[in-house]
Amino acid sequence: MKDYLVLRVIAKMMIAFMLLFALYVQFHGELGPGGGFQAGVISAAAIILYAIIYGLPAAHRVVPEWVVETMVAAGVLLFALVGVAGIVLGGNYLDYFVLDPNPVHGQERGIFWVEAGVFITVSGVMLKIFYLFAGRGRDEESES
Amino acid sequence: MTSHLPILQVVVPLIAAPIMVLLRSGPIAWVLAVSVSWAALAIAAGLFVEVADGSLVSYWIGSWPPPYGIEYRIDVVNAFLVLLISLIAAVVIVYSRESVRAEIPRERHYLFYAMYALCLAGLLGIAVTGDAFNLFVFLEVSSLSSYVLIALGRDRRALMAAYQYLILGTIGATCYVIGVGLLYLETGTLNLADMAVRLAQVSGDRPVLAALAFITVGISLKLALFPLHLWLPNAYAYAPSVVTAFLAATATKVSIYVLLRFYFHVFGGSAIFDAQPMAPIWITLSLAAMFIASATAIFQDNVKRLFAYSSVAQIGYMTLGASLGSFTGLTGGIVHLFNHALTKGALFLLLGGIALRVGTIRFDAIGGIGRVMPLTSFGIVLGGLSLIGVPATVGFVSKWYLVLATLERGDWWLAFAIVGSSMLAVVYVWRFVEAAYFREPSAEVARLREAPLSMLVPAWLMVLACVYFGLDTQLTLGGAGAAAAELLRGRQ
Repeated sequence: MKDYLVLRVIAKMMIAFMLLFALYVQFHGELGPGGGFQAGVISAAAIILYAIIYGLPAAHRVVPEWVVETMVAAGVLLFALVGVAGIVLGGNYLDYFVLDPNPVHGQERGIFWVEAGVFITVSGVMLKIFYLFAGRGRDEESES
Repeated sequence: MTSHLPILQVVVPLIAAPIMVLLRSGPIAWVLAVSVSWAALAIAAGLFVEVADGSLVSYWIGSWPPPYGIEYRIDVVNAFLVLLISLIAAVVIVYSRESVRAEIPRERHYLFYAMYALCLAGLLGIAVTGDAFNLFVFLEVSSLSSYVLIALGRDRRALMAAYQYLILGTIGATCYVIGVGLLYLETGTLNLADMAVRLAQVSGDRPVLAALAFITVGISLKLALFPLHLWLPNAYAYAPSVVTAFLAATATKVSIYVLLRFYFHVFGGSAIFDAQPMAPIWITLSLAAMFIASATAIFQDNVKRLFAYSSVAQIGYMTLGASLGSFTGLTGGIVHLFNHALTKGALFLLLGGIALRVGTIRFDAIGGIGRVMPLTSFGIVLGGLSLIGVPATVGFVSKWYLVLATLERGDWWLAFAIVGSSMLAVVYVWRFVEAAYFREPSAEVARLREAPLSMLVPAWLMVLACVYFGLDTQLTLGGAGAAAAELLRGRQ
């Protein structure tokens, strides 16, 4: 669909807003509807839109496979390590109270990092699934 | 640090999995997998020692007190199970290197070990958690990773088997979560201990009855109780050898634990449970498993499939012991859970050695294997004797207790059924003996060598454990007896 001028221009504009909206959903998650999962899906959708309009090879150049795979693992690791931080700081696993001298701020801080982990993993997994489906049978074609 | 043992039990393998994916190296992933498996074994041993005197370890995730937060609750029942799982995992992972190298494409090695670590974390999580929904999450963690592990098998049919298991396993998990949902509606809690207390006071019995039915069917699917076992033979037969050994020794055992936990602790105190004819239903299904699955095993032409059907039959012995309801019966069931895990673990590990050398595991391809791979074949024979229940093997100990339990009840015919179905085991074990020792090796077989030491040693450790725990029953019977006593306490 690279040849459609309207689609290309509109998509370029949309993608910026989609990514921004993803960040809004991410950081507004504890106050309104949203959170890491939704934000991860929205940000992955932005990349997927880019791939649909500009082609899979272009998307691979923006977010290569190895980045996606790293994201899948890194998010889970971040989540798990927030839990370990609770143990290191003298609490139980996933204990957010000890993350800050003020327990309420500690809860906020814990949720912030956990949601960041969810965001990274979810958008990584979404992209991985899309790449797998979209890349089927393409291996032999020369990807320019 | 020791106060964090319950969570570390799960988190150590759980954290290892993403690290393996990040590092993308097969050999490093193996080293990590070995270290976390042995760490898990050390933690499990620590927990077992801590609760062996009947005390209880309670760990509050996020410091939220139960029943509001997720509680990890270790008593002697799950400590015994955790010890079993991590023991098997520690032996299997050492064995895995050679076998994985032969059966799995090199670029997938690190993913294989990551899935193995996740599966281990899931199984251990099911065992340690005291929260019904957390249990479901870990059930999914272990199941999803085991579908992937099975699908990695060399045979193309592995994919089909994994898909079949995926569908049936998902139905099972869905049934379980529907049951938990109903219980949550009735009691307002997800903490298993709290649920048990509140369930005793619930007045409306229809939803509880439905919950009992959903949980029974859901977990029975996962543990491959006789008519719901259809996913098991193919999954075990076509999975990579390491995966078969690991899952056969742990996955179904964990599901049996979940069932026992729900029956004896959660539903145990409610009148609804006692009003149902649970014992006759379970005894019938167990007997069907023991006879029909054993008879089916005799006619298999793939050795792994044969022992997979034998697993379905052996699960029948465990549920039979549990459904007798007495202390002796339950002890027999739980000790058989441990003993059968050792036996089947040993058998599938040794069969992995044959698969490595011969390339296939069909009876017509392995004729005369006893001459070229004497240690492997003799180990399989010893494992087979344990399946039959010959004295001085672990199989004898558990069947002895099961027979004692039936005689206690005065059910002579059940005792004869146990002995009779063991005769069927003689037949299917003899099929291997006949193929391995009484046939002339073909030209291809005659060229083969014994399995590599790195596989033989772990496999033989399991075989020797089968004999050792058949003679010295202090750990196994002691643990099983304490677990049975703890479970029965909930029925008072």
